[in-house]
Amino acid sequence: MAEPNNTQQHDDSEAGDDERIPPMQAIIDNPFLLLFIGVAVPAVFYTIWGIMEIAAIPIAK
Amino acid sequence: MATTFAHRVCPDTGLKVCRHAEALIKANAVVAIVFLAIGGLFGLLVALTRWPAVHILPADLFYLALTAHGADILIFWIIFFEIAILYFASAVLLNCRLATPRFGWLGFWLMLVGALMANVAVLQGESSVMFTSYVPMQAAPHFYLGLILFAVGALIAVFVFFGTLVVAQHEKTYEGSIPLVTFGAVAAAIIAVYTIASGAIILIPTFLWSIGLIGDIDTLTYRLVWWGLGHSSQQINVAAHVAVWYAIAALTIGSKPLSEKVSRGAFLLYIAFLPIASAHHLLTDPGISSEFKVFNTSYAIYLAVLASMIHGMSVPGAIEAAQRRNGFTRGVFGWLRNAPWGNPAFSGMFLSVVMFGFVGGISGVVLGTEQLNLLMHNTLYVTGHFHGTVAAGTTLAFMAITYLVVPLIFRRELILKGWCKWQPYLFGLGAFGISMLMMGAGTLGVSRRHWDMTFSDATLSFDYPPAAFLMMGLNGVFAVLATIGGIMFIVVVVGSVLVGKPRDEETAKTAPIIFQGGGATISGHGGEATLKLPGTVTLVTVFFISFVLYYFVNWKFLSEVWPLS
Ligand code: HEM
Ligand SMILES: [Cu+2]
Repeated sequence: MAEPNNTQQHDDSEAGDDERIPPMQAIIDNPFLLLFIGVAVPAVFYTIWGIMEIAAIPIAK
Repeated sequence: MATTFAHRVCPDTGLKVCRHAEALIKANAVVAIVFLAIGGLFGLLVALTRWPAVHILPADLFYLALTAHGADILIFWIIFFEIAILYFASAVLLNCRLATPRFGWLGFWLMLVGALMANVAVLQGESSVMFTSYVPMQAAPHFYLGLILFAVGALIAVFVFFGTLVVAQHEKTYEGSIPLVTFGAVAAAIIAVYTIASGAIILIPTFLWSIGLIGDIDTLTYRLVWWGLGHSSQQINVAAHVAVWYAIAALTIGSKPLSEKVSRGAFLLYIAFLPIASAHHLLTDPGISSEFKVFNTSYAIYLAVLASMIHGMSVPGAIEAAQRRNGFTRGVFGWLRNAPWGNPAFSGMFLSVVMFGFVGGISGVVLGTEQLNLLMHNTLYVTGHFHGTVAAGTTLAFMAITYLVVPLIFRRELILKGWCKWQPYLFGLGAFGISMLMMGAGTLGVSRRHWDMTFSDATLSFDYPPAAFLMMGLNGVFAVLATIGGIMFIVVVVGSVLVGKPRDEETAKTAPIIFQGGGATISGHGGEATLKLPGTVTLVTVFFISFVLYYFVNWKFLSEVWPLS
């Protein structure tokens, strides 16, 4: 149980070293941020954009 | 390690295997393989019907079999197996307990009930709508309900995976970032969330429509949202089988990626850009602008294609680097000649890499180009392309890793070693054959999903060139070959699990099946850090030349369809 680690924050503090984590690394290490990107990009560019185009098709009279 | 949990330490890899994860991996893998068997046999029936001289099924049964083939093999086989991969890549590779195993089982049972329900609906004959179930064709309500239950179950499983990542992070069961293979699984899981959400958005209203609660479903909206499911699910496969390639390379010859960073970056591109390629299924649909089509299938998607090329270079490169480190340094291809070709995990993986790239990949980029798509849309070329990706690519990769899952997770020795050795080649050759031949017939215009290519009872008759008939006959022959390969796989796996010799600690020492240190490689970090890879450079050059030539040949074809001069 005894952790040699003195930092208590659970994220960012890998193995207790204080090195600044590069931003790209921080993105890649955060699965929930990735989840957001992975859902938002296709939702906007594919689903929402596509539905807007379909909705804009005039209805035949 | 902070907490204790029910586990065993794997004598082969040294990894901690959580008992719950182990049981769920087994259950999901077994069910997956059952659906592979059922779906494969339907595939054979379909292929034999499309063999003009055999034409085995009557029309109604043909469409029934085609629906069952698509659903059982593309959806149920692949996704059950992927859930097993997610549990392996999280709990096992992170040396951690599985989060909320009860939810894992809930997901499993929902998926199983859903899959059975959809199968019953199809076999009853009232739901021959193909797995795409385009409206206004209507299937029985329990067909849609089955798919919805299956999707809910899969979503639960995906969140058990994410939960396990959180547990591992809190309990500090790994150091630094998660291993590359786990990262690939993260990409697969993320794409799965978008996939399943799209499925829910479209299948729930369609189910309500089938029981009369909703008046009608717009056909174009259906296609748009459905392909958010249908296409993205293929991208789960890509992310998952690329992760499997890296895993097998690590376990069989101890190879590390060329650069972990670059491979991670490629998975990141997958996460952001792969699912938008869904638009390539709408390239001929009216009412949707070219801006939408071109943005989603070209400009942005080339980033995802780039990612695939990175993996396609990185995997053989990593193999070459590892083989050279292992002492096979002679000539340009000595590393390849001396690779463990008799090990089905390795050979299946390598064939999968090559065929996915050359057959599935190149044809996919061609089909995904708006102008070129017009040449082949809805022909058997499409079917040929995706047998290159999902049969020769994903399925072969999953078969390959099963040869490691049986001894490592089921703790059984493989039976029929000779069959094991040949199986990937037979299935691979069969899958290669049907992919190429369907692409060939499609180039001559033969449509997909069509019972009778002779048009015998059509009012306006039409003749395909004789070459098309020849190719569909040969397609049947290769289908038989693929089926034999498939049956061998099922026999070996089921047989080994049932009657294989139990694998104990002794055998792990005397008859190692993984490369020494492979367990640490797959769950650790680091790259090969060399680019002196003449063999890989040669292979990649051949790939690019074929790619470019084939791409431009198709533009030439296109120019001949509508002569402008
Ligand atoms: C024994 C091996 C296989 C054989 C002989 C086979 C054969 C065929 C044939 C002949 C078609 C129908 C073409 C048409 O008329 O439109 C087809 C469709 C299809 N196959 Fe396979 N296949 C095999 C394995 C696989 C695998 C492993 C997968 C996926 C993992 C797969 C996925 C599909 C899908 C999604 C369709 C389209 C169904 C539809 O149009 O609704 N097949 N297959
Ligand atoms: Cu697609």
